[in-house]
Amino acid sequence: MSDSLYQDALLKLAREAPRQGRLEPNDVSVRLDNPLCGDRVRLDLRMSGPKIAELAHEVRGCVLCQAAAGIVGLHAVGLDRAGVAALAADVDRVLSGQDPVCDALRSFAPVASHRSRHDCVLLPFQALKESMKGG
Amino acid sequence: MRLRDRFPLLAADPKLHYLDSGASSQVPADVLDAVTRFETTQRANVHRGVHRLAEAATAAYEGARDEIARFFGARREEIVFTSGTTAAINLVAHSFGDALAAGDEVVISELEHHSNIVPWQMLRDRRGLKLKVLPVTEEGRIDLGALDGVVTRKTRLIALAHCSNVTGAVVDLARVVAAAKSAGAAVLVDGAQRVPHGPLDIPELGVDFYAFSGHKMYAPHGIGVLWGKRERLEALPPFMGGGDMIRSVTFERTTYAPPPTRFEAGTPNISGAIGLGASCRWMSGLDWPGIVQEEMRLTGRLLGSLAKVPGLRVLGPLGLQQRLGVVSFALGSAHPHDVAQILDRHGVACRGGHHCAEPLMERFGLAGTTRATIAPYSEDADIDALLNGLDEARRLFA
Repeated sequence: MSDSLYQDALLKLAREAPRQGRLEPNDVSVRLDNPLCGDRVRLDLRMSGPKIAELAHEVRGCVLCQAAAGIVGLHAVGLDRAGVAALAADVDRVLSGQDPVCDALRSFAPVASHRSRHDCVLLPFQALKESMKGG
Repeated sequence: MRLRDRFPLLAADPKLHYLDSGASSQVPADVLDAVTRFETTQRANVHRGVHRLAEAATAAYEGARDEIARFFGARREEIVFTSGTTAAINLVAHSFGDALAAGDEVVISELEHHSNIVPWQMLRDRRGLKLKVLPVTEEGRIDLGALDGVVTRKTRLIALAHCSNVTGAVVDLARVVAAAKSAGAAVLVDGAQRVPHGPLDIPELGVDFYAFSGHKMYAPHGIGVLWGKRERLEALPPFMGGGDMIRSVTFERTTYAPPPTRFEAGTPNISGAIGLGASCRWMSGLDWPGIVQEEMRLTGRLLGSLAKVPGLRVLGPLGLQQRLGVVSFALGSAHPHDVAQILDRHGVACRGGHHCAEPLMERFGLAGTTRATIAPYSEDADIDALLNGLDEARRLFA
């Protein structure tokens, strides 16, 4: 059912996504667009060596994209490149219908059967991976 | 018989409220039958073999061209088959556009579909042209008042949508043609959203090129038409090279076939063309005054109902003058994908997104809209379901 996408936990995560806004000054700033729907994510990172010391995200997108950015806000600080790759792989896992390692990603399980919405969830994580390319 | 029941997909699913015809219409049984008949009794390549099937396939393919020409008041040699509106516009951007020189100007508008923006940007970059943009009014119409300032003696082409795929506004082509004539420019019209809503005498419009797609006018995907004035087409070089478009080939020199085959290199989408011909034949048999009246009644009801939804903003004319039943709206800050997802739960198929019109979205400060399109098979129940779905979406997101 489509409406199972919009469970309370996911709506809350989208509404109260931690670390919304811009981070200035920053070491890395990445903007990614989804060309199909116009969703846009901007991610600012401050680094401490190879690890993310602080971040902020700004989303112009749907609830799924906002909630996914909320996961980034909750879990990305402290990660290095390998940690980011592991988090992104966990998102791929939940979108392919498997159990995620990170419990917070369970809210996205109903998205697995909505292929046209996968990119909405993936965009913030793609921005996160993109922002770590230099590291 | 309800018109809806002539569409097998709709007849099989009474709970489906299909309001996404602006993206792809549904296909009536008559068209499906014509395509199946070709594939099961006449399938062969065209313009090549002499065997019975090849003769039958060629007759069916060229017969479809005749049907389409008749439906649009055109000559058969003015009907060029393409894969759709996008391919038709790209054909003109190459064959017409490559004769343009640095400093020449092409005029488009702020509400164009990307397929009537990007080919001209690419041409601009190839040839050093200037691309000028007519603004859009608050009502979502092309501001034709700006024509005088934008069109100059350097203008070579004005390329506009007949009906906006976002706002539903229909442009006054007579004014555009008059402005183009005064500058000696040609006019290309993107007719993709206009042709599903009734017969049209294209030559009478006074334009030079008119592009449209089959899949929005009850025909299969992957087929479309570039109509061009005969003298315009005769003056154009081919776009793509290959089989079928030549008169003779040697290693030293190739001469080209006359239009329309000059522009139809390679094996065409034969069954698609036959489907489009069948669609024109099917449309010819409909009571269009009655259908247009019903489409407008439903559009008026939809616009009136949307106006009462708190926080909802319609992007486009609120009245029925010079507009078609393409209705876009933004529901508060709710994202159109989320709105469309909730509508889907109510059996309503709507489009959500930027509709391949990002500059227009930018103009109105939106990331996207939700779009409902009224078609001949639309009914009050479709609007009821849409409004019920919007109630839920508003509770959830707004």
